[in-house]
Amino acid sequence: MGKVLMKGNEAIAEAAIRAGCLNYFAYPITPQSEVAEYLSRRMPEVGGVFLQGESEVAVSYMIFGAAAAGARVFTTSSSPGISLMSEGISYIIGAQCPAVFVNIMRGGPGLGGILPSQADYNQATKGIGHGDGRLLVLAPASVQEAVEMVMTAFPLAEKYRNPVMVLGDGLIGQMMEPVEFPDHLKTEPSNKDDWATTGMDNRKSNKRNLVRSLYLDPVQLNENNLILKRKYEQMKKEEVRFEAYHTDSRYKLLIVSYGTMSRVCKTAIDMLAEEGIEVGLIRPLTVFPFPEEAVFEAAAREGCKAVLSVEMSMGQMIEDIERSVRGACPVHWYGKCGGEVPTPEEVIEAVKQLI
Amino acid sequence: MAKLFSKPEALADQPTHYCPGCTHGVIHRLVAEVIDELGIRGRTVGIAPVGCAVLAYNYFTFDFQEAAHGRAPAMATGIKRVRPDLIVFTYQGDGDLASIGMGEIVHAANRGEKFTTIFVNNAIYGMTGGQMAPTTMPGQRTTTSPFGRDTEESGMPVRIAELLASLATPGYISRQTVIKPKYIKKAKQAIKRAFTYQMEGKCFSLVEVVSTCPTNWGLTPVEAVKWAEENMLPYYRLGDFKTPENN
Ligand SMILES: Cc1ncc(C[n+]2csc(CCOP(=O)(O)OP(=O)(O)O)c2C)c(N)n1
Ligand code: SF4
Repeated sequence: MGKVLMKGNEAIAEAAIRAGCLNYFAYPITPQSEVAEYLSRRMPEVGGVFLQGESEVAVSYMIFGAAAAGARVFTTSSSPGISLMSEGISYIIGAQCPAVFVNIMRGGPGLGGILPSQADYNQATKGIGHGDGRLLVLAPASVQEAVEMVMTAFPLAEKYRNPVMVLGDGLIGQMMEPVEFPDHLKTEPSNKDDWATTGMDNRKSNKRNLVRSLYLDPVQLNENNLILKRKYEQMKKEEVRFEAYHTDSRYKLLIVSYGTMSRVCKTAIDMLAEEGIEVGLIRPLTVFPFPEEAVFEAAAREGCKAVLSVEMSMGQMIEDIERSVRGACPVHWYGKCGGEVPTPEEVIEAVKQLI
Repeated sequence: MAKLFSKPEALADQPTHYCPGCTHGVIHRLVAEVIDELGIRGRTVGIAPVGCAVLAYNYFTFDFQEAAHGRAPAMATGIKRVRPDLIVFTYQGDGDLASIGMGEIVHAANRGEKFTTIFVNNAIYGMTGGQMAPTTMPGQRTTTSPFGRDTEESGMPVRIAELLASLATPGYISRQTVIKPKYIKKAKQAIKRAFTYQMEGKCFSLVEVVSTCPTNWGLTPVEAVKWAEENMLPYYRLGDFKTPENN
């Protein structure tokens, strides 16, 4: 299959099917409703499950029930919907089940707006639900990358028995771009016999399985949290992904930016280079785990005088950048958070104010 | 010598944490007996609520999931949609099902999800220490209605069986009780019927069980039975409110 022109949301939907995920539960919300619309037609064709739940709260538990019963399962939503799902996500993390959540972010807080935003950065990387849980968070910058990330999200969720989030801004869902779908995922869903509630008769051992997040014994609860912590440490070792752009130049300033925003930054960097102003870029592909070492090394490079975080949020990524830069140089912010995507000219202006 | 009485295979050989005179234990036993009689233990998944029955999985010997407060019907939906071959039931209290989880149960019933719900109505929040539930009787004192439930403020108790029976989607909706031995046989029949409809892939099924909570009612087990009979049964009438045949 060659390249096809597709809207991001539809490509995300198709990517899940190609990842062998034939189970989808969701509740409509702009700007990602096309995923549900597409799958309401497509799932019956492939013998899959499509269900529109009564709320995002309910959907998150449909995902939990299905995942705990051993199925590959996913949902898509946008910011206010993810807030409601975060209750269920916390239980899924505590019970150690794999599932994929796609957040096509819009502006907030509250009802906010329906235009693109990156304002759920902290929610996704630090504050999803209550308790000590975390998500592995992938941040695509193109429709092609959204497809690839959705397809890798399922095996990652199964590797860690932890939910994985694909965090895209509204533009990723709404724009049309040519995409090429990779072959159907070869990996079989992992063996779930020792934990999933697949029915005792359907397993070799006749031990019953129990999926729960309640540990009334403090020692056991601490133990469960240590298991989770070890998983997050392993993610930090094995799953960090990033792209370095224009970092072989003698840049004076380093931009850190992800998603759609990073593409604008690349254009700005190219335009600046023509003027003889060199700027480097580190683009996190995983925002948790954050590419700390890459950001540190790029910021500590000789000649680099400052770091600029460019995001469609009021500077939520800055804490992660500052933690990574470890004082090597000052960290600044530029962004907009109302639904407008800053233009290359605006990014250039922000850069010039710093150098 | 013939064995006249034995523990169902689906029931674990474990003392429970329920208070003396609590009906949760009786209801567990009926569910276990039905599962044994239908021979479905190896393909059953139970879903525990948040409430006194949160540890129900300790008392059964088959697969179990533990839900968040009120969300068991959404979890059951998730399981049943991806694994229609499994037999799935939720076991929920009245705070869990009729308050925080009202949305989930109504929509699951209305979609006609093919699972079974055992709904334990004891007119109070047991686990958290006896607060008012949507099912609390008018005038009933609880820790959050110390002067008795004021229906001007809190409305009348919610009758779940009647409410769900009013949905146009076919289903099996029954209300039973286990407060006295004379009611138990019928309660078990209803539970068996509910699971049978599920096995036939027919419809959503729910059995509401009028129950006691002597501890939080502040009564002895014997007084609690009397109180339930005098106060609850006239309001929460027993019987089948809907069957798929007479929808
Ligand atoms: C989201 C959430 N809110 C509140 C609670 C606290 N809580 C635990 S059990 C319960 C009430 C349970 O009462 P009921 O469902 O009637 O069951 P019973 O204990 O009487 O069997 C409440 C409010 C919780 N665990 N989670
Ligand atoms: S508090 Fe009430 S419902 Fe809970 S175990 Fe005791 S008697 Fe039963």
